[in-house]
Amino acid sequence: MYLLEVKGLSKYFGGIKAVEEVTFKVKEGIIMSIIGPNGAGKTTIFNCLTGLSNPTKGDLYFSGTKLTGLPPHRIVRLGISRTFQNIRLFREMSVIENVMVAQHHKTRSGLIGSIIRWKRFRDEEKVVREKSIEYLGLVGLSDYPDAISGNLPYGAQRRLEIARALATEPSLILLDEPTAGMNPQETSEIMSLIRNFKKLGKTILLIEHDMKVVMGISDWIVVLDHGVKIAEGLPADIRKDSMVIGAYLGREH
Amino acid sequence: MLLQQLVNGLTLGSVYALIALGYTMVYGILELINFAHGEIYMLGAYLGIILMVFFTAIGLTSYSLPLSLILTFFLSIIFCASYGFTMEKIAYKPLRKAPRLSPLISAIGVSIFLQNYVMLTQGATDKVFPHLFETSTITFMSVSMTYLQFFIILTSAIVMVFLRLFVRKTKIGKAMRAVAQDKIMASLVGINIDTVISVTFIIGSGLAAIAGLMVAMYYGLVNYYIGYVAGIKAFTAAVLGGIGSIRGAMLGGLLLGLVESLGASYISSEYKDAYAFIILVLILLMKPGGLFGKAELEKV
Repeated sequence: MYLLEVKGLSKYFGGIKAVEEVTFKVKEGIIMSIIGPNGAGKTTIFNCLTGLSNPTKGDLYFSGTKLTGLPPHRIVRLGISRTFQNIRLFREMSVIENVMVAQHHKTRSGLIGSIIRWKRFRDEEKVVREKSIEYLGLVGLSDYPDAISGNLPYGAQRRLEIARALATEPSLILLDEPTAGMNPQETSEIMSLIRNFKKLGKTILLIEHDMKVVMGISDWIVVLDHGVKIAEGLPADIRKDSMVIGAYLGREH
Repeated sequence: MLLQQLVNGLTLGSVYALIALGYTMVYGILELINFAHGEIYMLGAYLGIILMVFFTAIGLTSYSLPLSLILTFFLSIIFCASYGFTMEKIAYKPLRKAPRLSPLISAIGVSIFLQNYVMLTQGATDKVFPHLFETSTITFMSVSMTYLQFFIILTSAIVMVFLRLFVRKTKIGKAMRAVAQDKIMASLVGINIDTVISVTFIIGSGLAAIAGLMVAMYYGLVNYYIGYVAGIKAFTAAVLGGIGSIRGAMLGGLLLGLVESLGASYISSEYKDAYAFIILVLILLMKPGGLFGKAELEKV
């Protein structure tokens, strides 16, 4: 059973072909990595998947539902969430508010209903708060729920962003370079977090530059170069693929 | 004398604060200076007169003045809120992805349209608010305050406390803060941006309606261009407090009211309207971000 199907996805910015005819499928419950040199079109694919940009051509299906043309908030509600390469927290809100705001689309009180039916909203809000603490616990942040998130150290901000992505209760999580700028200790913490999500039944799509991370946790790898898919396969096969080595190290002429 | 002017200034200031909140909330969410906001306030003032005259004609005011007041407030708020909602849908939403100058010009267009619409339908002359309130005053330590002044200050205070609770505690309040900080990220945690923007316009317009009604009662006179000056002053108040900041708008409004009223009594009342703009120039020179603003860091 495939959770996500990307069929002939192309995205052009004027004359630049950021992504060209990329096709791949993601099986439910796996960790799949998208790798490739800078400018290969990895983040553009994430943007298309989350509704931030519209594909020029091609179709995206998420458990049978066509994603193309849906606004971001609808796609989140279907069960896809993401993090960013450069952290995007709601910096002026507290740690727990960042996580709470990500759960609100699931509670029964409508946005307006939260004012009119105050008591039901209060009860729901209590549940949301408790759940948020759980999510924070998963990433090791449950000790500082009321700290202002912009004041957290870098590594903690990354983990908070992951907790927030988790809080929308996605079945597919897109992580855009989750270990960027982290030391080896923090990197291995993130790796075990990602493995943990897999155990929780989540499917993970990962963009990553650190080859140790990629080879260590991926079940399947897709390689892009200049917007085109040049290989896909098991980590062991990708490691030996001459096209991949060429893309990274430059080809012999 | 000083205390008396403080009371007058506070009355005026709380009205400015209510209008300033509408500017600052819309700016916080859309980075748009909604120049038509003053016109919503003007509509609120007109509605107050129209409704009170109507209630007087059918005898409701002599039956129960509080009831007719409550009805007037209720109906004006709903009416102005629907104007604000519609204005956003027609004049701003189609321009959401346009360069920043376009919605600004659209806002000026809406403002001119609404002024002329009211002038054509209501006439260019001043309208008088029906004289319904006793002008009796509360006197305390040589300071006298009319019941109306007391009512204005109290109402504004209650409204602002509720607004603050609303933004801090409720689901939509949190969503509004998230959208103000990062629209794209907010949509990626499942927040419908369009709903949040609509609610912002509805609340801002509701507050302007309350301000307009109270001013109509306070000064007793209304014409189609009161929204212009009041709008610019409230905008000054919002900039003074740091545009985008809610408590900044509250404080900025009160400060502006106090400065105007003290300036009018101690310096010269001829220049009453100039004080606001002198303040605007001074803030822009000395603290461009305003009291609670952070201009340099915002919106990278």
